Amino acid sequence: MGISTKRTLRWGLVAAVVAATAACGSENAGGSSDDGLTLWTHNAGNPQELAVVEQIANDWNAAHPDKKVTVRAFPQAAYNEAVVSAATAKKLPCILDTDAPTVPNWAYAGYLAPLEIPDDQLAKQLPSTVGRYQGKTYSVGYYEAALGLFARKSALTAAGARIPTLAQPWTAAEFDQVLQKVEAGGKYPITFDLGTGDTGTEWWTYGYSPFLQSFGGDLIDRGTYKSASGVLNGDKALAWATWMRGLVKKGYSPQKSSADAFADFVNGKSAMVWSGIWNSGSLSKVDDGIVLPPPDFGSGAKVGGGSWQWAVSSSCPDKATAMEYLRTSLTAKNMAAFAEKQNVIPASEEAAAMVPGWQPGGEKRFFLDESKELAMVRPPTPGYPYLTTTFAKATQDIVAGGDPKQILDRAVADIDRDLKSNDYYGF
Amino acid sequence: MRRRSSTRLRVAVLVARLLCAALFAFPLLFMFVSSLKADTDIFKDVGSVRAFLPVGDISLDNYAGVFDTVPAARFLLNSLGISLVTVALGILVNSMAAFALSRLSWRGSRLALSVVIATLVVPFETFALPLVWWVDKLPWLTMHGLRLTWSTGWLDTYRVQVLPFVANAFSIYLFYSYFQSIPRQLDEAARVDGAGWFRIYRTVVMPLSGPAIATVAILTFLPAWNSYLWPLMVVQTEELRPVMVGASYFFQLKVHWGEIMAYSTLITLPVLALFLAFQRAFVNSIASTGVKG
Amino acid sequence: MTARRHQHGQGRTGLLMVAPGGVLLVVFFFVPVALGFALSFTDARLISPKPLEFVGTDNFARLLDDPVFWTSLRNTLLFAAVIVPAQSGFALLLALLVNVKMRGTNLFRTLYFVPVVTSIVVVSILWRFMYQPDGLVNSMLHWATGNVVRIDWLNDTSTALPAIMFMSAWQAVGFHMVIWLAGLQTIPGELYEAAEIDGAGRWHMFRYITWPGLRNTRTFILVTITIAALSLFTQIHVMTGGGPLDATSTVVFQAVRVGYQQQQTAYASAISLVFFLLVLTVSLIQRWLTRERSA
Repeated sequence: MGISTKRTLRWGLVAAVVAATAACGSENAGGSSDDGLTLWTHNAGNPQELAVVEQIANDWNAAHPDKKVTVRAFPQAAYNEAVVSAATAKKLPCILDTDAPTVPNWAYAGYLAPLEIPDDQLAKQLPSTVGRYQGKTYSVGYYEAALGLFARKSALTAAGARIPTLAQPWTAAEFDQVLQKVEAGGKYPITFDLGTGDTGTEWWTYGYSPFLQSFGGDLIDRGTYKSASGVLNGDKALAWATWMRGLVKKGYSPQKSSADAFADFVNGKSAMVWSGIWNSGSLSKVDDGIVLPPPDFGSGAKVGGGSWQWAVSSSCPDKATAMEYLRTSLTAKNMAAFAEKQNVIPASEEAAAMVPGWQPGGEKRFFLDESKELAMVRPPTPGYPYLTTTFAKATQDIVAGGDPKQILDRAVADIDRDLKSNDYYGF
Repeated sequence: MRRRSSTRLRVAVLVARLLCAALFAFPLLFMFVSSLKADTDIFKDVGSVRAFLPVGDISLDNYAGVFDTVPAARFLLNSLGISLVTVALGILVNSMAAFALSRLSWRGSRLALSVVIATLVVPFETFALPLVWWVDKLPWLTMHGLRLTWSTGWLDTYRVQVLPFVANAFSIYLFYSYFQSIPRQLDEAARVDGAGWFRIYRTVVMPLSGPAIATVAILTFLPAWNSYLWPLMVVQTEELRPVMVGASYFFQLKVHWGEIMAYSTLITLPVLALFLAFQRAFVNSIASTGVKG
Repeated sequence: MTARRHQHGQGRTGLLMVAPGGVLLVVFFFVPVALGFALSFTDARLISPKPLEFVGTDNFARLLDDPVFWTSLRNTLLFAAVIVPAQSGFALLLALLVNVKMRGTNLFRTLYFVPVVTSIVVVSILWRFMYQPDGLVNSMLHWATGNVVRIDWLNDTSTALPAIMFMSAWQAVGFHMVIWLAGLQTIPGELYEAAEIDGAGRWHMFRYITWPGLRNTRTFILVTITIAALSLFTQIHVMTGGGPLDATSTVVFQAVRVGYQQQQTAYASAISLVFFLLVLTVSLIQRWLTRERSA
């Protein structure tokens, strides 16, 4: 390419961009488009779930042609950044879905409006699918997710272990025995894969704080929400920390799992893996794969609760329509649609009755029962973002072999300082 | 470097080149081969040399999945357009600034250069949020039918993905460094002939700067192509999204590794092709400038 | 009089030519950065209904007491101290290798550039596997030394940072190779021809023609590699998340984590301001040390 050709090309491009940007203008991404409401959802890249969301919107649009809802999909990986940026520029959509633990934070910041949905309607749903903060409801979900201990039945029977049930989970001692025997069998490189390969944050809190809670500790004192002292660094928490590091030290779990621990499980690298319902679809690839509840370490077996839920922004110019949209779309039929298309728990018994496999005794039923009995939502406090990053880092440091007492004391000091400097977030 | 090279030297150079090629190019092989495998197979093969071989159950399913999950063609087009325009405007704006800093003497030019270099020091992530807030306060001219009107707010547009990145200290510094090596006698000669500074810039200095232009083009295309955080924060409409934001579509609760590999293959190959094309320009421009000095 | 008119002309033209770039930089860089730095003297949070309050130097006092910050700083400086000579040196070697007039130059140059264009996601997955105790890196070492090597590169606090160093260098060396190449092209060919006629050897030519001819490029690469090394972030973010036990945490990584995930905008701004001053100092020192001594 000669010099003059290059230069002409350059000028041409310059002219093109000036023309294009002048002509294109900007599309207003405000709370409402010219004729209707905007709805943001986090499942770009998940065509099954997005299809259900769009179906619900289409049904509404067909019934309310004068108040249309436009769906905008975002990739989940950084949905929160997109929402926070929009909030910074004061351009939030009318209806948006949120990850349950961030709801109090956004409600406290004034982004969200309390939902106007009748209590009797909400009572029909799994309690962990309703997001409450300071006595008001701010979010509601069509489905729920849950954790599970996936295992190979043959590995357990070879180790002479009993298969635990929801009514009778393993005790701490039993679980330790199982681990020992499976490891002694020598058939699997990894005995119990904790799934520590995630470099994000939320998995660490969602996946491992239930163990902490089962030991009797917690992320924050849920009585006052004003301190983490005693719950995050007390004896029970230290016992939890020692147990977690113990799994790595004794060689049961890798310090850093591979990028996909469940794939390793399917490939025969591990006998058991700690994961969630989102991987249960792949369980069929394992001949004798089963899913079990976690062990009870003293204060009851616990799993995490609260998945993606829907809220209405406080800056929405037509809140009444937004509320009506949510109210009328929270039907068993729609919840069933979500559970049919992907691996999630339908949010109500009515919906469960409509989806094959979710009825009592059905093959997928385990997760619904488990969620009802064992789910503990992450602490509903606006300080949650700080809480979760601090806890996740503390857990990572503990698993990597740091001094648990020092780590937990420091975490508590940081959390308490954050709470104090924010006037305890209104508690 | 034109030298008569002995055969032994040539063989040694070839061997060294091949070794380095293997060292640097194997991720491409891994990526492409993995894009043909199912997710669990990728993890099964990864511990051995099978990771680089298309063995097992291979198919193009992942590629089909990519197009189902993501409007890949649209994203590619967006990124191509945004990156090329950023590069074109950038070459213009930054070379002019570098010319002024290196050839012209005016009060404050030395300070200006130091300030420009200082801007390299601040990583983008640290001021991205204030920039979002600020960018939404900026005005712009739009056409409504035949009338020009003012509007505020740049969010959710193409221009917000281009203009903040046009002026670039790295490019300015690169041009500056290069211009320093072009002899000033050429300027003097042109000035004696009555040329103004703009003319000197256009007809004397820039034509001799082929390698610098090609280098700046390549090295500013890449960050523009790879931009992820910024478009995520300022673009809400799917039609305007660039290619890297598309990559995050695959990171759901359940990650689709095979599709990530397929998608990455689809977006890496055009960039390599462009790089190859730019290189031709690189080489030609050196040939055409001939002997200097 | 002509000279003075030229002086005025230069000033005006100079400002005119710098204007587009200057305006863009002011609008899109200086303003938000100033806003950001101003925030470090407040208690700004990402999401909060409370109005902003001025707190003076509280954030900086907190920084001084923060062990994670000091560890991050140490890691960052260590990383830069190793990467700057290693990566620039290796990039130069590659550039020289590629510059030899033989067939296939374009192809090899493109291949060496592959890590630079490959998505960081793919690169990080691959290298995580390679660094596992049963991964390729240990296998290669076993093959090369004959001893069984089982280092858990990314999980051991003493090997994690070196592992990241190697991977970073591998990924970025193609980028700087391209810059060295541009520099090599500025050296006139006749110098080499003349030297060859005089019977000079290859090393001699490198030392007396190539090396001095690369002076501007050298300074440029030194300054930009240093800044890039000190700003290490993405590789840490996708590979290790700062661990194990902060062994790979860098200043920018900490700033992003604190600002975006922990929502403490003001504290993150304070970290950024300190970082800025640090790197600015280093760059200025470098430029002064490599300044053009008037011949």
